[in-house]
Amino acid sequence: MHWQVYFCANMPKPTNRIITLIKKDFLLEVRQQYTFYGILLYLASTIFIVYLSMGKPEATVWNSLFWIVQLFVCVNAVAKSFLQESRGRMLYFYSVAGAGDFILSKLIFNVALMLIMSLMSLLVFVVLLDNPITHFWAFAGTSILGGMGLSLVFTFLSAIAAKAQQQAALMAIMGFPIIIPQLLLLGKISNTAFSPVIQGGIWQMVALLVGLDVMIVVLSLILFPFLWKD
Amino acid sequence: MIAKNWWKILAYLALLCICTVGFLVKVPVLQGRLQESVRNTFFHVPMWFGMMIFYVVSVVYSIKYLRSPKTSHDYNALEFARVGTVYCILGLITGAVWATYQWGDASIWKSDPKLIGAAISLLIYLAYFVLRGSIVDADNRAKIGAVYNIFAFAMLFPTIWILPRMSESLHPGGQGANGNPGLNPNDSAAVITLFLWLGVLGWTLTGVWITNLRVRLHLIIEKRTNNG
Repeated sequence: MHWQVYFCANMPKPTNRIITLIKKDFLLEVRQQYTFYGILLYLASTIFIVYLSMGKPEATVWNSLFWIVQLFVCVNAVAKSFLQESRGRMLYFYSVAGAGDFILSKLIFNVALMLIMSLMSLLVFVVLLDNPITHFWAFAGTSILGGMGLSLVFTFLSAIAAKAQQQAALMAIMGFPIIIPQLLLLGKISNTAFSPVIQGGIWQMVALLVGLDVMIVVLSLILFPFLWKD
Repeated sequence: MIAKNWWKILAYLALLCICTVGFLVKVPVLQGRLQESVRNTFFHVPMWFGMMIFYVVSVVYSIKYLRSPKTSHDYNALEFARVGTVYCILGLITGAVWATYQWGDASIWKSDPKLIGAAISLLIYLAYFVLRGSIVDADNRAKIGAVYNIFAFAMLFPTIWILPRMSESLHPGGQGANGNPGLNPNDSAAVITLFLWLGVLGWTLTGVWITNLRVRLHLIIEKRTNNG
């Protein structure tokens, strides 16, 4: 259970280091369960408010509301990933792990976290706001893909924001304009899940989205080392 | 002096030409559709050319700064982004005035996919200035600013080059329309193409000139403060 032990033996392989760092984030999550449940509650109450103000909306409104809720849930779920690390602890990580390992472990962990959140909000949406989706699994797949993209962008932005002082507000200011294109693409892709026929050109958009995700990971790997050293 | 400043003279002459001959030269009348408003091409389109060039140069300086942290690189990155943002706003205004009459769209914000790209780039670079403003330490500010600049640029440019082409719009270069968002080379009169490129040259050089002056001002202030 003591994850520090992994570092003390002569440096393990990069994959092991990443797994250890993810394990550490996971353990933190298990020990401070209130943050996890806090986000779940945030998600549920946001959707409840949407339900109270909209009732059971038609498909296009349902779709856009879903992505807006996803955006806000993601900002809240991912924002803390770098902010929770104190200065001293960062210094410790700096001495035992590489920048690449660190950012990769954070990205993977947040993608997993957002995966759970995406599926949960899909569930709550279906329960509260009805289910206008014709191709349910296509929509579920899109929401997983979308959650992934959102969490990747906001993880890296949280690393930037942690370096500046006014973190929470900056996350939104920096993140929203960057995420708009992805949200537009996601909205277009997921719209097809509501129509009886899957339209052409959808794979092109999915490929573009996956390409963007790959680019975010590569950029994070290249740019994070500059944020890391002080 | 001429050897060093020829490009400033060129910028002046190009803009002088655009602002006089550009208004007088005979342009084609397309069955009365565009009328004289086609001259907006000499002003509106160069703004976007200028903006893209300045943002690219700004990112190049950000990369340079991360490779070798010199303050002049940081000033260049900041000032090119600033001039790019000014050009973006000017491009929006010139486009909006034109579209009010050509598209018959009286609303201030025209609903067209091309404008989403412009709005996103405006928001991203305004966020860049806010981010810089929120960091007190100069070295940190330059470094984190550079990282954000590169990241945002990499996210922005695929979207303003790819996304608008995928949706239908009134603006040139959408789905089903010929050419690219800038101009359609197969469907432009020679005189318009000529003045458009003259405009691109003139406005871009003017932007570089403004940047140049501001960077020099930064460097002088820095020198003064360092010397007490």
